[in-house]
Amino acid sequence: MNRFVYLPGVVTLELDTEKCNGCRMCTIVCPHAVFEIADRKAVIRNRDLCMECGACAKNCPEGAITVKSGVGCAAGIINGILQNTEPSCDCSTGGSCC
Amino acid sequence: MNTVKDFITGEVQTGTGVVPVVSTTWSRRDRLETLKVRWSVGRMKYRILPGLYAVGTPDRSSRVFVTANFKLTFDHLRRALAGLDAWILVLDTKGINVWCAAGKGTFSTKEVVRRIRIHHLDKVVDHRKIILPQLSATGVAAHEVKRMTGFTVIYGPVKASDIKDFLESGLKATDDMRRVTFPLVERLKLIPVDIFYGKYYMLLVPVAFLLLSGFKPGGYSTDLVLNPGWKSIVNLYAGYLTGCVLAPALLPWLPFRRFSWKGLTTGWFVAILLAFAGMLGTSATEMISWFLMIGALSSFMAMNFTGSSTFTSLSGVKKEMKTALPVQITMASLGLAGWILTRFIVL
Repeated sequence: MNRFVYLPGVVTLELDTEKCNGCRMCTIVCPHAVFEIADRKAVIRNRDLCMECGACAKNCPEGAITVKSGVGCAAGIINGILQNTEPSCDCSTGGSCC
Repeated sequence: MNTVKDFITGEVQTGTGVVPVVSTTWSRRDRLETLKVRWSVGRMKYRILPGLYAVGTPDRSSRVFVTANFKLTFDHLRRALAGLDAWILVLDTKGINVWCAAGKGTFSTKEVVRRIRIHHLDKVVDHRKIILPQLSATGVAAHEVKRMTGFTVIYGPVKASDIKDFLESGLKATDDMRRVTFPLVERLKLIPVDIFYGKYYMLLVPVAFLLLSGFKPGGYSTDLVLNPGWKSIVNLYAGYLTGCVLAPALLPWLPFRRFSWKGLTTGWFVAILLAFAGMLGTSATEMISWFLMIGALSSFMAMNFTGSSTFTSLSGVKKEMKTALPVQITMASLGLAGWILTRFIVL
């Protein structure tokens, strides 16, 4: 059993199988093995393992994957609230980061 | 900028200029500096000059590894390349590690393309392949690097220590090499930086508690400042450290998926121990106040560890915080109010 699973049913990851060309890039870059190839097309094997890093979407040459990526970091989100920006782990001002 | 360059052992001539050769072993200084950085000392200034470097005696057919200019990252890469002849292309990631830099956009398609051009990589090697750490994929689009420079991006393993196996198997990474895990050792390495999250508040808050400890119904007694004042310092630090040390260490074995709940669990566990040790005072109000404060502190610090963890999503952390943050603030406020109250009124 994978003990490192975060909250279920929240991630913004979407895959448009129609657009997929089966290049396997998403299976290579994903750090949590969210994708697998079935019938020469990518499929999402375990959505809840996704941490929204955005590597798959960035490296999909067909633009078949979308995800609202960002840092899953409480300090970063607080930074964002305080500075009225998007969440960012602003390492340059110290604080906890990745 | 790190001015010490004792990891440079020589230089090699290429078609475009002189490239420094770097050692593949860590000196005592490297090890010492690593330890300091892990404890947050000089962490933001631990960087090396971006550019092209060499290990061994590389030639026009040697592999090219691309990395970040956080020295700790660079050190791990050069050590993993021991015995090989290879080029290292160091990007300017502002001294940030690969994964964070990719997330922040400094380890980017643009920077990869820029460095390939600045250092005339096409004139240094005959082949057209560069090996990037897998975790840089968050910031780099392989197909765009290819389109703009002709270089094919090959994503190597997550960890530099797997590079040799990766090369031996013909640039194929196993599933394990592609997966980010979060074992105890890795979690422990990240804990020290989080300990200093509170910065000067870690001194200010205890001092405030000491001063407040002097109040008693109808007056102020300096005797009380130290005793039982010292107990409040122990309690505060217990709550804080429970959240940023104990909760991360025990992370997979604690119940609940939310980090804030995990932190509350460890916080209250420690609070129970403190209560039995007579540290939480004598009245019920004071005890409950401490449970609220210790719980809130521990919960908040554990929640902060989401930033260090390798599997929490932005959507998830936002969802967690929406309920956790108000609860933590309420608990801390009620606890503080209750504790101050017991300074002035006999309950």
